[in-house]
Parts: sequence; structure tokens; C-alpha cells
Amino acid sequence: MEHKIKDYTRIKGWGVDADPENDPTYPIKNRTNEEHKGYSWERPPQQVVNMEILKSVERPNVSAVFGTSMPPSGLSGKLRRFAYQWSENTYTRWLTLIFADRVNEYEGIVEDIKSGNIPNIFAEKGWKAEWRLKPERLAIKIGTTAAIVTALLTVMIRKSK
Amino acid sequence: MLAMNYRGPKRVRVDKKPEPTILHPEDAIVRVTRSCICGSDLHLYNGLVPDTRVGSTFGHEFVGVVEEIGSDVTNVKVGDNVLVPFNIACGKCAFCKQGLFGNCHEANSQATAVGGIFGYSHTAGGYDGGQAEYVRVPYANVGPTVIPEGMDPDDAVLLTDVVPTGYQAAEMGGIQKGDTVVIFGAGPIGIMAAKCSWLFGAGRVIVIDHIEYRLEFAKNYAQCEVYNFKSMDDPVLFIKKETDWMGADVCIDAVGAEAAGDVMQTITGRKLLLQAGSATALHWAINGVKKGGIVSIVGVYGPTDNLVPIGNVVNKGITIRANQASVKRLLPKLIKHVQDGLIDPKALITHRVPLEEIADAYHIFSEKLDNCIKPVLIPPSANR
Repeated sequence: MEHKIKDYTRIKGWGVDADPENDPTYPIKNRTNEEHKGYSWERPPQQVVNMEILKSVERPNVSAVFGTSMPPSGLSGKLRRFAYQWSENTYTRWLTLIFADRVNEYEGIVEDIKSGNIPNIFAEKGWKAEWRLKPERLAIKIGTTAAIVTALLTVMIRKSK
Repeated sequence: MLAMNYRGPKRVRVDKKPEPTILHPEDAIVRVTRSCICGSDLHLYNGLVPDTRVGSTFGHEFVGVVEEIGSDVTNVKVGDNVLVPFNIACGKCAFCKQGLFGNCHEANSQATAVGGIFGYSHTAGGYDGGQAEYVRVPYANVGPTVIPEGMDPDDAVLLTDVVPTGYQAAEMGGIQKGDTVVIFGAGPIGIMAAKCSWLFGAGRVIVIDHIEYRLEFAKNYAQCEVYNFKSMDDPVLFIKKETDWMGADVCIDAVGAEAAGDVMQTITGRKLLLQAGSATALHWAINGVKKGGIVSIVGVYGPTDNLVPIGNVVNKGITIRANQASVKRLLPKLIKHVQDGLIDPKALITHRVPLEEIADAYHIFSEKLDNCIKPVLIPPSANR
């Protein structure tokens, strides 16, 4: 698979952006002393905060603009509120958020069912494409999953007897 | 409008959602004409990024037409065809003023370590993204850039992330004329980093991956050497042998959290989520670069921790440079490179998929089916 270039200088554009001054510390070195003083800039107008925004404890304010997608709700929301009480430096924050994400996944399924939509997991996982492109691989996946579930159920039934 | 709807790891669909509205005087509403699925979207898709909420819409690579503007917007007007950098940046804070548009301090309340990014979880600000018919674009005086007359929109959509990220990966490598550059990952970013390494005067460009069709694509597109790590006993030993036992001058991690190639990293990083993704590529980069060399990281990891040989960073005197691409800073130069024919972004696009079939597109891209390099989503309202 190797393909060594004999004369790389003939590659179109070779070296056009070569920069012997490319300093690894760029662009931090460009800062001014004024910028060491925290919020030294004229802040943009504040987007109206009319919904619950979970804010990092590592900043004093809500950013001037923010996303409004999916405010926290339910059990996952409670977990997220707890997580945001901790700094970005802590495992508590991030692991709780990952746990909240998993809880949120099941909340989503319940929400779908409540609104009369049974989630089409096959379609949501894009297995239609796999069926079209790699049917044998999909068959192996389904077969393996079915075998594992059957084995687990068999063990559980035997134990319960 | 129709928009992508995340339902949990590896589960997405398209649903009807309310159209976005102007919420800030510097907002614009853009009707999306093309959006891409990015390799870093797969970190969200696989549930690796904390605070990825069910119901969110992903998508940070998109172009479209300005449909509505806020009262303070002067940089673009209704009807403009714009490309929108994936970073949301105010242009006023200390970081934006330094050209660090990927690190804006006025676009993300949720995490100070992360800038604002369209459709990239609440850890990146909680914005809905461009895998939809319409999207709200904050700070429209800063980010959105009118697509130059005659530029193919397929080229433009890749200027929102892929081209700047690949270019910045090479730029952060501080490549000097004749340098050997090793790039881990033959996805769109790795391929673009290889292509751009020549622009900085590299003497040798090597791409390492394990997907054969991607390596073949990289070899043809970026005129580089390509190697499959599955055919090596040890990729780091291979690099040492290929560089007269010194190591590469520059190593670029263009993989991030989804890296394959090391069982321990895969189990702890991707399966058990005990670290913020698998750091295999970064591990190889640190150990494969020469003493005093530079490691450039553009692969995306989660915000917790990763297992990397930090002792070797000290012992070898390595400089590590990393960032989300500063798209706004790089755009003028990169638009010119595309216009001059030095970079051909649209050649990376292998799949065009209607937005309605987004679940299939994610699955094809994620599982690397059908020789997929880069999928583009076309919303039904694209040609309205």
C-alpha cells in the first residue's frame, strides 16, 4: 500500500504556507495585559434568560447567547441539576451527566410511548441500510443477540425453578 | 420543519420540530441547503459526550440561505448564501480577539473549557444543529460568511469544518520544510491534514489507519504514503524504523475518542466509558514523535480523562498543540486555496442522502459501509 513520493516539491501548492516563524505558543503570545483582567471586553447584549439554563460554576454569568435545546426535565433533569453544582474539574459532574444521559434515553422511550408512538428501533438504528448493504452481517448480529437472550432467559428460568 | 432527533446511543430519526426564531439581536435564521455528518458527530451518536440530551438535533457543518436576521445584524442579509463555521463566536471576548474563535467565552454557559458549537450537546452550549431544515445562527455578524460567487456549495460546506480542521492540524504541527509528518486516521480530517501538510512544506507525509478503502482514498487524494496498522506488529516501532530510528518530526491525532487498535483502550474508553474515549491514536502519536517533536491533536475527546503516556511527553520534550479549529481565522486563506485549486474539498463527498434517511446515513458512516468517506444530507427544503 505504500506510495513514496519521489519529488514532493512538485506537488501543487507545496510549501506555499511554509512558515519558519510558526511559534508553538501562537496565538497566546499576542494577548495584552488588559486581557489578564478577566471580563475586560464589552459584552454582547444578553439573550433573555426565560428558561432553565444550567450554568457551569466556573463562570459568574450566563454567556451572552445560549442554546435553547431541551431544557432539563424529569429524573435526568434532576441528575443534571446535581451535576452542575460541581466544577468541570470533578468526576462527580461528568459521570453524573453520563448517567443522566442513559436515564434520559429511557425517558425518551417512555415519552414516545405516552404520545402514542412506538419507537421503530430497527429504523432508528439505520439497520435498513445494513440490510441493503451487508445482509449477512445483520443476520449474524440478530442471530447472536437472539442466542444470548435465549441463553440468559433459559438460565433465569432454570434458577427460578 | 423536519429535523434530526437524537433518541439515545446509535438511535436517531427525523421528526417535525418547531422552526427556530430570533432570540437575540445578533441572531440569523438560516434555511439549510446542505449539512454533513462529521466524524465527531459519531462521538455524540455513540453516547460518548456527557450531557447529550434526548431530543437534540446534531449538525455543525452546514451551508444555507439567510431567511431572517436580528435587529443588530449587518454582516449578512436575507437571501445571502452563507457557509457557517461550526464554532459560535462573539468576536468581542479576549479569546476571539486573539483569533481563538473556537474558544469564545460568550457562547457556552455550560462548560468554560468548551466553546459554543452547533448541535454538539449541552457541554458545547445546548444549541440545535444544522441537520434540519432551519437553524438559529447566533452572532451572525461574526460567523456566517457569504459563499463567493461561483463556489460549489459542496466545497463551501466542507469549509465549515473539515478543511479548516485538517489545515489547522498541519498548522499546529509547525511543519518545517522537509519534515516527516505522520497522521493517525484516514477519515476526512486526517485526509485533509495530509493534503495540507504539503502546503507547509512537508517532505514526507504518512497516514496510518486500518480501513483499507480509506487508506486507498487518502493515497490518491493527498498523494501520501499510507499504511495499515493491522499489518504491523507495533505502529510506533514501524514509525521509528521508517525514520532512521528517530521518530516523526510531527505526529497528528486525527482520530479522537473512537480510535481502534488497542484492546485495553477500546474496552476502557469505548465500551466501559471509564475514560473519555479510546486514546490509542494519541498514545501512538506521543510515542511515535521524535524527541523535541510536535504532537498536534484535532481528534475530539470527552471532557473527563484519558490514559496517555504523559511521562514520555516530559522525557522526550514534546510540544503538544491542540484546539478546535478557528474557522473564522482561517477562512480567507482557505477560500483562496480552494479557488486556486490547491484543495478540492468536494472530492471527499461519497454519499448524498435525503435528510429523511438520516438514520441510515449515520449507520453507514459509523460502520464504514459502502466505502463511505463523507456523507452529505440534503433537506427537502434545500431547493425551495
